[in-house]
Amino acid sequence: MSENKSIQEIEADIIDEFSLFDSWDEKYEYIIDMGKKLPELDEKYKLDENKVKGCQSTVWLVAEMENGKIIFKADSDAVIVKGLISMLIRVLSNHTPDEIIEAKLEFIQKIGMTSHLAQTRSNGLLSMVKQMKNFALAYKLKQSLINN
Amino acid sequence: MIQAAPISKGLNVEAIRKEFPILERLVKGKPLIYLDNAATSQKPQSVIDALTEYYSGYNANIHRGIHTLAEEATAAFERSRDTARDFIGANVREEIIFTRGTTEGINLVAYTWGRQNIHAGDEIIISGLEHHSNIVPWQILCEEKKAVLKVIPINDKGELVLEKFDELLSSKTKLVAVAHVSNALGTINPVKYIIDAAHNVGAKVLIDGAQSSVHLDIDVQDLDCDFFAFSSHKVYGPTGVGVLYGKKSILELMPPFQGGGEMIKEVTFEKTIYNELPYKYEAGTPNIGDTVAFKAALDFVNRIGKENIKRHEDELLEYATSELLQIPDLKIIGTSAEKASVISFVIDRIHPQDLGILLDNNGIAVRTGHHCAQPLMDTFCIPGTVRASFAVYNTIHEIDELVAGLRKAIKMLA
Ligand SMILES: Cc1ncc(COP(=O)(O)O)c(C=O)c1O
Repeated sequence: MSENKSIQEIEADIIDEFSLFDSWDEKYEYIIDMGKKLPELDEKYKLDENKVKGCQSTVWLVAEMENGKIIFKADSDAVIVKGLISMLIRVLSNHTPDEIIEAKLEFIQKIGMTSHLAQTRSNGLLSMVKQMKNFALAYKLKQSLINN
Repeated sequence: MIQAAPISKGLNVEAIRKEFPILERLVKGKPLIYLDNAATSQKPQSVIDALTEYYSGYNANIHRGIHTLAEEATAAFERSRDTARDFIGANVREEIIFTRGTTEGINLVAYTWGRQNIHAGDEIIISGLEHHSNIVPWQILCEEKKAVLKVIPINDKGELVLEKFDELLSSKTKLVAVAHVSNALGTINPVKYIIDAAHNVGAKVLIDGAQSSVHLDIDVQDLDCDFFAFSSHKVYGPTGVGVLYGKKSILELMPPFQGGGEMIKEVTFEKTIYNELPYKYEAGTPNIGDTVAFKAALDFVNRIGKENIKRHEDELLEYATSELLQIPDLKIIGTSAEKASVISFVIDRIHPQDLGILLDNNGIAVRTGHHCAQPLMDTFCIPGTVRASFAVYNTIHEIDELVAGLRKAIKMLA
């Protein structure tokens, strides 16, 4: 189960999975498949305030805290982007704020996604990462306020 | 150097393609198919050569030095002005102002003529299919002057509703600013009608020629527009250069845009006497190299011939339209009777961005998104489209590849 895997271990899993593909078509088919499998976000979350800025497509992202770990949920109207978020969720969700803040997310580069997606689109991807890290920072701050 | 393509009857597209070195490159391991020409066109070798010849042969600041290089650079720069004047059929060279591009040209008019002539309660009319560059400068001006911005609506084919335009026109109308050709839909607007009707109520007319200048024969005197703006980079020329045409009688009365060198005749701390046209509007050292190379781009278009280019592009548009319509659930946005070689479409249940990414993965460059025309997309209730736009070097084979790429993408996304 990924539950007890570290962020780095999950990243390594993804890099392994992608190393099996010979062509970009296969990589995209896999990402599209992940996009389709990501459960749809409940309509009640699809609010303007949950939109991630900087993406050509619409991306909604929400975060909740459960037992000291952050659970991310997200959706998009574009399926490739949805596949990319699905990967980010797989890597980052269900970890502590500190773990998320520290995450280097080298897998994005190792599976060729930063160089492959054009600047404008990868900015969208980076916006998502930034937004996820912001959530982690906010929760961390909240925790420290409660603890003090 | 590459031999110039011989042009007789019909176009020798293969020879033309050889003039564009970039068309030989691979993208994602596949031959580049460049269908984003409405965003910017590729450059022929003659333009690239003109740029390097300028920098390696006679780079100098213009209009001031008495040395040989300065004279050569000034002469080349001014030759570009003459060629640009011919290209749009302007009466005199003083009417050709070099800018950074269409956007700067429109802003120049808004900040000079606009500030001087627009007052509280006046009305400016634009259309529902404008590029943001022909919306925002007028919004800023209207806000500052408490003037009113009116919009000609479009019908579901993406054509301007002229009856509504007639209704909007009144003695309050001071300016009509419309695109000659829509970048998002390809619609060719009936600008001649618009110009005549606007003049009848005493309004001035600015034509945004960013898209038309590369596809249509332009004659500003025949159109009788008061201003016409276009960009070099969409006409096979370098980026960072554009032309603003204005009628001399109007330009003479306008205040300057920016202050600085080049635009002055005499400066004392008490008073500055401005330079004559067109230099009054060209403050500072201009983009000399790119402006010089811009001439090579216009020469290229003239050599091939606008008419030949248009015939070829119309063929591509017609073929692409009929082929694309065979794809199930594909809908073309913008079906005006008069269209330039721009084709915008959506496919049911598939986001344009997904199509764009997968086409790029096959070496096919298209534009996806709102095309800097968000109000227009809102009219059609879509977030954006996929847009393929054709240039003189595109081929029927490339359209086949586009259609094949789309079919493959749809299968992957289904
Ligand atoms: C219709 C139209 N107007 C204005 C512009 C702005 O041109 P530029 O960015 O070269 O200033 C464009 C470019 O996309 C355009 O298509």
